[in-house]
Amino acid sequence: MEKELRLMKGNEAVAEAAIRAGTDGYFGYPITPQSEILEYLMEANPSQTTGMVVLQAESEVAAINMVYGGAGCGKRVMTSSSSPGISLKQEGISYIAGAELPCLIVNVVRGGPGLGTIQPAQSDYFQSVKGGGHGDYHLIVLAPSSVQEMADFVDIGFELAFKYRNPVMILSDGAIGQMMEKVYLSPQKERSKVSPDWATTGKQSTRERNIITSLDLDSNCQEVFNLKLQAKYDEIKEKEVRFEEFLCEDAEYLLVAYGTSARVCQKSVQLAREQGIKVGLLRPITLFPFPTKRINMLAQQVKGILSVEMSAGQMVEDVLLAVNGKVPVIHFGRMGGIVTTPEEVVENLKFKIIGD
Amino acid sequence: MVEASGIKEIIKPENLAYRKTQILTDNTLSYCPGCAHGTIHRILAEIIDEEGLQSQTIGVSPVGCSVLMYNYIDVDIQQAAHGRAPAVATAIKRLLPDRFVFTYQGDGDLAAIGTAETIHACNRGENILIIFVNNGIYGMTGGQMAPTTLPGMKSSTSPYGRDVKTMGNPLKMTDIVATLEGSYYVTRQSVHTPANVRKTKKAIRKAVQYQKLDRGTCFIEIVANCPSGWKMTPVQSNKWMEETMFPYYPLGDLKTPVE
Repeated sequence: MEKELRLMKGNEAVAEAAIRAGTDGYFGYPITPQSEILEYLMEANPSQTTGMVVLQAESEVAAINMVYGGAGCGKRVMTSSSSPGISLKQEGISYIAGAELPCLIVNVVRGGPGLGTIQPAQSDYFQSVKGGGHGDYHLIVLAPSSVQEMADFVDIGFELAFKYRNPVMILSDGAIGQMMEKVYLSPQKERSKVSPDWATTGKQSTRERNIITSLDLDSNCQEVFNLKLQAKYDEIKEKEVRFEEFLCEDAEYLLVAYGTSARVCQKSVQLAREQGIKVGLLRPITLFPFPTKRINMLAQQVKGILSVEMSAGQMVEDVLLAVNGKVPVIHFGRMGGIVTTPEEVVENLKFKIIGD
Repeated sequence: MVEASGIKEIIKPENLAYRKTQILTDNTLSYCPGCAHGTIHRILAEIIDEEGLQSQTIGVSPVGCSVLMYNYIDVDIQQAAHGRAPAVATAIKRLLPDRFVFTYQGDGDLAAIGTAETIHACNRGENILIIFVNNGIYGMTGGQMAPTTLPGMKSSTSPYGRDVKTMGNPLKMTDIVATLEGSYYVTRQSVHTPANVRKTKKAIRKAVQYQKLDRGTCFIEIVANCPSGWKMTPVQSNKWMEETMFPYYPLGDLKTPVE
């Protein structure tokens, strides 16, 4: 079937893609700048078409625990929120990671800390990539930089979530959530009729009872479980790294940026090249796993790297680890809901990296 | 009278008046001697057995003494974060509407940290059974004051007795739940005597039937003893429960459906 072309907001694209991906359940709570996701789903009313459950929960805490319950039944379930709401979900996310449940979590990031602002930011990188909740766990983190990717990453996210029995986060931001672009939508998929063998669907006489838990009081067993998780994360690091390169072949300088910042930096690359500066852009698409190896290789080719992020400098730590001291790596970014301009990036590249 | 020689003839499975339901596993219970959880597990398992529900049941265990319920009841079970069982059960039931879904929660779990999830699940009328075991104390963490701890009652975090002026009043969650439009059948029971065990079992059976009929939330509080937390013998604890707990948490139906 042909893909359908529409003009949509990023938030609407995620919602429509969720229906089309055959999602079984969405559980959410309103918060700016992502409320359109819940609104769109309520208006589309997929319970009447695909049978998808859409529920407005009493809180983000309840919503993520509904995701836990649905995921424990082997269903394709998801939630979405923005930064303060994602903070509230962290306990549930840790339980989901600990119980090895597949699910999709969308974070349309706004500026913080605290109530912060409703404008876009990228200051939830640490929370998303390094853990966020308690314990040694990782989410698989996908960073869309367009409305198209907001839609595409729903299906990819669920695929990865079920492949690894691991929660997946789409780490977006207020700009991508709110902006309108054309988007090609995939045809409607049927909801899955089969359940994974580990899911709680009612104990059949042919199998042992299924238990969804993250508890093991025996320290030895808990350590063995943690080692198993770490082995899974190693496999994910080996197999699932995604990134995109823009004009890196002859680059003497490199920009590293994801999401909205990557869109800005694409323009910066063009502006800099017009001034004769050979600069390229590496855009991580997965933030965990991070494209460490590729950045390390590019560090042998370039003279310096500017890590651009709408934060005080979070992703730059992973760039520094990847580069391992080979060339200078410096962060540039605006905070509090301000989106960096392409010109600012070029100025900072010249001033901080090139040195003139 | 039966002749001794005939005893072996009589001890046959079909002649036994009582036997353990197969829905209860053979794992050694982690509960303290005299605790009500074992009895409540048994009657719940018996109902699942008698109603032929094993293949359709999904339970949700809480954080608290019954966190390991999945070791004892042979049905599919999800272990929820502290207080969140009604939210977890909401999604299970919405996504698998023909299954029998129940939560099993203590008073700290349900009436303190999980107050919002409890009230909203009941207010939405989620078609689930909530079993609320109220012993007026945090058992698993070692006897701290719960939202249901009685005025003046001593606990490890109210060592001079619960002073309602500074520590608040005992929360009657079941009374609150009964006022909500979404709740269908709300009752308060106990399992400290054989007669009460039978009444509680009957209440659970009713709730199972109501869930089949998609009637809304059924909420069964079971006022229970905690010999270890109360620092009493099992017999003393049951007597104290009758004399002190029941006046505050009177047994009986709070909301009876008109069918």
